[in-house]
Amino acid sequence: MTLLAVERIKLFTTRSPWWCALVTLAVTIGFAALVVGNSNDAEFAATVASTQFGYGFGMAVIMVLAALSVTTEYRFGTIRTTFQAVPQRSSALLAKAVVVAALALVIGEISAFGSWFVGTLLKPNADLALNSAADWINVTGVGVLYALAAVIAVAVGILLRHSAGAIALLLIYALAVESLVQLIPGVGKDVYKWMPFNMAERFLTGDGASNGGRAAGAGPMSTAALSQGWALAYFAAFALVLLVSAIAVAKKRDA
Amino acid sequence: MIEAAGLTKRYGKTLAVNNLTFSVEPGQVTGFLGPNGAGKSTTMRMILGLDNPTAGEVRIGGKRYHELKNPLRTVGALLDAKWVHPNRSARAHLKWLSVSNKIPLTRVDEVLDIVGLTSVAGKRAGGFSLGMSQRLGIAGALLGDPEVLLFDEPVNGLDPEGILWIRKFMHRLADEGRTVFVSSHLLSEMALTASNLVVIGKGQLISQSSTKDFVARAAENTVKVRSPQLGELRAALVAASATVTSADGGILVSGMDSDKIGELAAAHHIVLHELSPQTGSLEQAFMQITGDAVEYHTGLDAAFEPTR
Repeated sequence: MTLLAVERIKLFTTRSPWWCALVTLAVTIGFAALVVGNSNDAEFAATVASTQFGYGFGMAVIMVLAALSVTTEYRFGTIRTTFQAVPQRSSALLAKAVVVAALALVIGEISAFGSWFVGTLLKPNADLALNSAADWINVTGVGVLYALAAVIAVAVGILLRHSAGAIALLLIYALAVESLVQLIPGVGKDVYKWMPFNMAERFLTGDGASNGGRAAGAGPMSTAALSQGWALAYFAAFALVLLVSAIAVAKKRDA
Repeated sequence: MIEAAGLTKRYGKTLAVNNLTFSVEPGQVTGFLGPNGAGKSTTMRMILGLDNPTAGEVRIGGKRYHELKNPLRTVGALLDAKWVHPNRSARAHLKWLSVSNKIPLTRVDEVLDIVGLTSVAGKRAGGFSLGMSQRLGIAGALLGDPEVLLFDEPVNGLDPEGILWIRKFMHRLADEGRTVFVSSHLLSEMALTASNLVVIGKGQLISQSSTKDFVARAAENTVKVRSPQLGELRAALVAASATVTSADGGILVSGMDSDKIGELAAAHHIVLHELSPQTGSLEQAFMQITGDAVEYHTGLDAAFEPTR
């Protein structure tokens, strides 16, 4: 508990988490307003899934926040002060991951429900009621994904130690590389089915039920190979494996 | 009490610290002296468990750093005054440090008062001058009221007032019975601050002694002698157990003062053309002692290299 309190103080006594939280909310709710506002009942009906259209961009901002929470410590040398105060490096880094993930969870839930709420304001007549498990997962799941994405970003931050490198890697991977894998001839599409952020999308949107009002037979929004629950487990396992390896590296390395 | 035994750190091919064994006693200020790049900071980082030694170990009061429970209460250290997040206030910086080691938060205002930063406690540390940053770093080191204190080049870049303040401060800490270990590359500074010296060069221990002894050794005067019968004189001096080195146009004699050399020359009927005592500065003498142990020589260094 002590270490969680320490990391909480460290996180909230700098400005970047506040800015990142604000930007996340602006991006996700802004996209929800755009997508829902431009929907029409015939072809592109507003759905619960469409209110969460911008979650991926919000997740990118969350990963920046999470990566910065570690890389700024390396940049300013406070990681050494931290290890001096808490020589048990794994506990210190684990506490940081937990605190950042918790913050990401909160931001994620606020942004998801905010997006959904803006959607219901803009299209009061559309079927945006949260009346199925799929609908609920599609909204509440955003916070869970943000928390796991934050863990991934903390791990990458620990491994790379440089803000620019860690952020570039995370953003390019999550926003571009993963979907570009599909373009590899032959195996591309099969490999993509197992990519972590594709799995995350699968967890959020399942078999497409939350996107129900759209053209019938559109099917699942993600091609990932696992079912909704297993997709979450897969994404979570990916995040944990990264974190554990990052902590193992940090323990051996000179601070 | 700090005890290093066979401490060694290798970075790739460079041996930054080589088989260093020394001990630092409580109740006095011990200087850690060596030229830039001698391995002082690396050693300090190994004491704090930040860098892992390639071989050997260092113990604080019999324990390794990571075995200490709430280590800030045993060891306070200022290795780099800039290890503070620039957007965090001085008070917030000290607050998270105290929480991490279960130090009561009232202690934060106490140490801010001790170092005289109370009025700027709420300001962001990024806007601090070097002197203020050093004070904040010292506040962080004092937070846990530790028995052992480490300071890495604490007077670097400070104005005379700051230097005086730190010097008095260390004496006070030592008088309270604490172990104070301060690194510096300036012998003149250490001569005023420390009562004991651990001297290293190129990662190796050169000496551990009282400052008085070291300064006496360092300031040992040499005498320059020129004579047409240099060979005879040299033999006579060596026979009288003085140390003789060649210098341009003559010899440098140490371990014997000019009176004795003159008498010796007269006794052997040797003509002297010059007999001049050389008093070098403390820094020159220090360079002579650590001579070959300077890591980064410059062309300028070579030009000023003391003749031997």
